[in-house]
Amino acid sequence: MKKTIITVVGKDTVGIIAKVCTYLAENEVNIEDISQTIVQGYFNMILITDTSRSNKEHGVMAEELEKLGTQIGVTIRCQHEDIFNMMHRI
Amino acid sequence: MINLFEASETNKMISEENLDVRTITMGISLLDCIDSNLDRVNAKVYDKITTMARNLVQTGEDISREYGIPIVNKRISVTPIALVGGAACKSPEDFVTLARTLDRAAHEVGVNFIGGYSALVSKGMTQADEYLIRSIPAALAETECVCSSINVGSTKTGINMDAVKLMGEIVKQTAENTKEQDSLGCAKLVIFCNAPDDNPFMAGAFHGVTEADAIINVGVSGPGVVKHALTKVRGKNFEVLCETIKKTAFKVTRVGQLVAQEASRRLGVPFGIIDLSLAPTPAIGDSVAEILEEIGLESVGAPGTTAALALLNDQVKKGGVMASSYVGGLSGAFIPVSEDQGMIDAVNAGALTLEKLEAMTCVCSVGLDMIAIPGDTKPTTIAGIIADEMAIGMINQKTTAVRLIPVIGKGVGETVEFGGLLGYAPIMPVNQFSCDAFINRTGRIPAPVHSFKN
Repeated sequence: MKKTIITVVGKDTVGIIAKVCTYLAENEVNIEDISQTIVQGYFNMILITDTSRSNKEHGVMAEELEKLGTQIGVTIRCQHEDIFNMMHRI
Repeated sequence: MINLFEASETNKMISEENLDVRTITMGISLLDCIDSNLDRVNAKVYDKITTMARNLVQTGEDISREYGIPIVNKRISVTPIALVGGAACKSPEDFVTLARTLDRAAHEVGVNFIGGYSALVSKGMTQADEYLIRSIPAALAETECVCSSINVGSTKTGINMDAVKLMGEIVKQTAENTKEQDSLGCAKLVIFCNAPDDNPFMAGAFHGVTEADAIINVGVSGPGVVKHALTKVRGKNFEVLCETIKKTAFKVTRVGQLVAQEASRRLGVPFGIIDLSLAPTPAIGDSVAEILEEIGLESVGAPGTTAALALLNDQVKKGGVMASSYVGGLSGAFIPVSEDQGMIDAVNAGALTLEKLEAMTCVCSVGLDMIAIPGDTKPTTIAGIIADEMAIGMINQKTTAVRLIPVIGKGVGETVEFGGLLGYAPIMPVNQFSCDAFINRTGRIPAPVHSFKN
């Protein structure tokens, strides 16, 4: 099963992970890998997720996550893993 | 598994460095629409395009959303209309009806351009070819999305100078017919030597007769990404410079490959080629000129420009060919003037002239592209510029093209605004000496000796 990659970038604040993960849990999205760091005060996170059990269409989820990001003050992207695989793996 | 660094590199390319897929172009063969009755040809052409391409725009948008990569344009190229309409069209006016049909079909499916109002006359013109060419000024004035291209020469056949002369007049007439819009019609008209059958980029796209019934060709872009990568290797030697361009071109092309495969699968249309051209836009930071300046030129047009462009073009190809099994179209660096802020600045600063641009076309992928010249330029002078550019293509066995805009009512020093992706351009001076006697000879220039390889 192909994974969905969710990236979160923005100014660090309390509760970013909590809010993103709550949204994912509510939508039956399983997190398989999570990596997070702070670079010069900027929050950077990548979540590798399995969305196969979720009823939400990719486009709808991407839009809702984007909106959630705007509320928290960060940029959230939700992309199919292949764009990264193609670019970074031979 | 993908890591944080790789994911943020990709997303930075998209959000900050203008990485995008410039176009998904569906090539559609109209050979099965040929009929001796004009109304029937028009009906068949409309039906075929609107059937084949009905999901094109939606599919492009779906892919864009899923992978998070902008796909700027969805377009259609068709079989050269001179072949499709030849049996039915008995006058230039008849051909204009086909242009209107193409325009209507393009609007119906929601694409922004449709290419293929074309004729291939590199050795000679049929009556239909000539009617089509003579219909271009009216066709481009009456339609919005239709793009026209004429192949007037090739390495194998030489240059059809009768067609070159005629095109000088047609370019001028097209400018006259669209003078209320700053001669915009000419931005949709390209004259080629060695035109490729599978080019996805406008205005020169057409679906060659060697192609399948329908095909998906994808043009990638990414001058901003290359420029950004080069800022990290300032002062380093040529080996490091070339490696950096190659690696970046590889990554950019892989995105195109992914989009092309997905589009092909979802539309049920075979994948043709990736065109790995660096195509600039007027957006800041999306400029080929800026790459050349990053390589080490004070301004594009300075001595060294041709060498820097040759290097860039070659490395882009070397990186790109490994990223996709099928590379085609024009594949190289585009150097349009009006669509590239760095080129516009160089012209305004007096660093870049028409003659230097001509030299640059010897080593880049296209030719004299989107160059505004004074509206009072003579048709024979335009034909002379076309002939020069065709000769470069013929002798060097490469594609060259001319897209000149003689802006009616404007002269050197003034600016013309086309809007959108077409940008704006300062009007450039043209050499005032005459080539009338040369252009007024009739016939064709024979193929060069190195074309006889059999």
